[in-house]
Amino acid sequence: MDSGGGFTDLLQFIFMGLQRGSIYALVAMGFNIIYNATGIINFAQGEFVVLGGLMMVTLTMGFTFSIPFAFLITVLFVMAVGILMERFTINPVKNPTVLRLIIITIAVSIILEGSAMILWGKESHYMRHFSSDETFEILGATILPQTLWIIGILILIVIGFMLFFNFTMTGKCMRACAINRDAARLMGINDRKMVMLSFALSAGIGAVAGIIITPIIQMDFGRGTMLAIKGFGTAVVGGLGNSLGGLVAGILLGVIEALGAGYISSHYMDAIALLILLIVLFIRPSGIFGSSEASKLKEF
Amino acid sequence: MGRQDYIGLCVFFAVVLTIPFLITNDYYISVLVFAAFNCLACIGLSLLLGYAGQISIGHAAFVGVGAYASGYLTVEMGWSPWMAMGAGVVLVVLIALLIGVPALRLKGHYLAMATFGFGTILYIVAVAAVDFTGGPAGLSDIPAISLFGLVLDTDKRFFYFSWAIVGIGLYFGLNLIHSRVGRGLRAIHGSEDAAESVGVDTPFYKIQIFVLSAVYSSIAGSLYAYYVNYIDPGPFSMMHSVLLLTMVAVGGMHKVWGAVIGAILLSLLPEFLSFLTESFQAVGLEYNEDYNTLIHGSILLLIMLFLPEGLIDGLGRLAGGVGGMINIKRHQDSAGT
Repeated sequence: MDSGGGFTDLLQFIFMGLQRGSIYALVAMGFNIIYNATGIINFAQGEFVVLGGLMMVTLTMGFTFSIPFAFLITVLFVMAVGILMERFTINPVKNPTVLRLIIITIAVSIILEGSAMILWGKESHYMRHFSSDETFEILGATILPQTLWIIGILILIVIGFMLFFNFTMTGKCMRACAINRDAARLMGINDRKMVMLSFALSAGIGAVAGIIITPIIQMDFGRGTMLAIKGFGTAVVGGLGNSLGGLVAGILLGVIEALGAGYISSHYMDAIALLILLIVLFIRPSGIFGSSEASKLKEF
Repeated sequence: MGRQDYIGLCVFFAVVLTIPFLITNDYYISVLVFAAFNCLACIGLSLLLGYAGQISIGHAAFVGVGAYASGYLTVEMGWSPWMAMGAGVVLVVLIALLIGVPALRLKGHYLAMATFGFGTILYIVAVAAVDFTGGPAGLSDIPAISLFGLVLDTDKRFFYFSWAIVGIGLYFGLNLIHSRVGRGLRAIHGSEDAAESVGVDTPFYKIQIFVLSAVYSSIAGSLYAYYVNYIDPGPFSMMHSVLLLTMVAVGGMHKVWGAVIGAILLSLLPEFLSFLTESFQAVGLEYNEDYNTLIHGSILLLIMLFLPEGLIDGLGRLAGGVGGMINIKRHQDSAGT
C-alpha cells in the first residue's frame, strides 16, 4: 500500500472494512436465523465458515473443480454438517437449560475445530481468487476483484433471504415460529422441521462466508472462534434476531476495525472489535438499533 | 461442612501424602502437579458454575493474569514470589470486579459471550503487549517459590505444596457452600427472582462468587509460573477455558468434589491415552497431542448429552439403577415362591 495521502488511505481502509464487515454480517445472519428459530446461540457458527473455506480449498485446489461447482458442493456439504449437528446434538436434548445448550454448542464447535485440524492440518491454505488477483485502482486506493465478489455475493444473499422469508411458504413458516412457536404449531407448522431447516440455512450462509473470504485471508482451522465471537458481536450490536440491523452493524464493525488497524495498531485490531462487543453488551444489550423491549430475551 | 466432606478431606490428604511413595517417576509426579493447578482453577469455576449457575468461558484469562503478574513482578521488578502472587490476586480481584459488575447483569448467552470476549481480549494483550509479557516468546527465568526457607524446586516438593493449596482451597470452598452465602447461591441457581424476593442480595452474591472463583484461578496461574519457571500465552487461550469447563462438567457441576475429580481425570487423560495407544502402535494407531481438542470436545458433548449432572452422579445413578433392578427381581422372585 503506497501512502498516497490521507484520503487515499482512508478509502483503502474503508474498502478493507467493507470486505471484513461483509463476512461479519454473514456470520451474524447465521446466528440470527438459528436464534430466531430456536432461541439458541450457536457457538459453532464460526466453524461453519472455516469448514466452508477449507472444503472449498480442497475442491478447487486439490480436485481442481471449477469455482461454481465447488461452491455448490461446499455449501451442500456444510449444510449437511449443520443438519447433522441439529439432529444429533440439539434435537435429542429434552428439557434443555440454557447452560446445557451453550455448553453443547461449544462442544460441537471444538469437535469441528479439532476435526478440521486433523483433516486439513495446522497450516493456512491458499486458494485461487474467483477472477483475477490483479488489483485495480479506484481514486488511488488499490482494490482486489475478490473484494467486489464478496460485496456482490453479500448483496445477493441478503436479497435472496428477503425474498425467501417474505414470499415463500417455508420462509413465512419460519418467521411464524420465530414470532410464536406454540401458535405456529397450532396452525399446523412442523416447528421441529423448522429448527432443522434453520441449522441448514445458517450453516449454508457460514459456508458462503468462508468460501468468499478464503482467497484473501487464507483459511486455517483456528479461525472459527474469532469469527464466531465477532459475528456474535455484530448480531448483538445490530439487535439479536434483527437481520437488517446485523447487516448494518457488520459493515460498521468491519470499517471501525479497519480504521483502528490502520490508524492505531494492527496488533490490537481483534481486541478493538471485542471491546466494542463488551461495551455494547454492558451498556445496551438490545443493540444500537433494537428497542429496549427487544432486549427481553426471547426464550431464555 | 457435612460429615461426608470431612471424611472426603481426610481421604484426600491421605492420598496426597502417599502418592509420592507409590509413584517414584518424576514425570508422573509433574503430571500430577499440573493436575493440581487445574484442580484449583476448577474448584473456583465450579463454585461459579454449579452453585451460582453463572457461566464463564474466560476463566483461563484469570489463570493467565495470575501467571503473568507473578512472572513480570518477579523477573522484571525483583519482587519475592509470595508478594508477586499476592499482587496477582489483587489485580485479578480488580479485573474481576471491573468485568463482573456489568457482566453479571447479563444472562445466559450474553454472559457466555461477554466472558468469552473478555478472555480473548486478555489473550490478545498477552501476545501483543511485548514490553510486559514478552509477547509470543513469553517470560523466562521465573524464580521458584520457597516456603519456610525451603526452595520448592523439585517435583516432589512442589507436588506437596500445590496439593496442600488445593486442599486449603477445597476446605474453603466446601465451607463456603455450607454457609449462608452458599445457601443464597443455591437459591439464585434455583430461581433468581424467588431468591431476591426472600431477601437474597443476588447481584452482591453473584459478584462475590465471581471474584472468588477468579482468585482461585489466579493462584493456580501463579503456582504454574513458579513451577514451570517459564510462561507464554499458549496455556491461557480460549481452549484452556473450555478445558476447565469440561473438567467441571465431567465431574459434575453441582459438586465441588466433582470439579476435583473431573480435573484429575482430564489432566491424566493424555497420559492414559498415550499409554493405551502404545500397545496399538503396530496397527499404526498413535496418540498425538493434536487429538486433544477433538477428544475434549467429544467428552464434553457426550457428558452434556447423556450425563448432564456429571460422571459421578451418572455412575451413581447407573449403580442405583442396576441395584434397583436386582431388588425388583428379588422382590419378584420372593413373590413367586
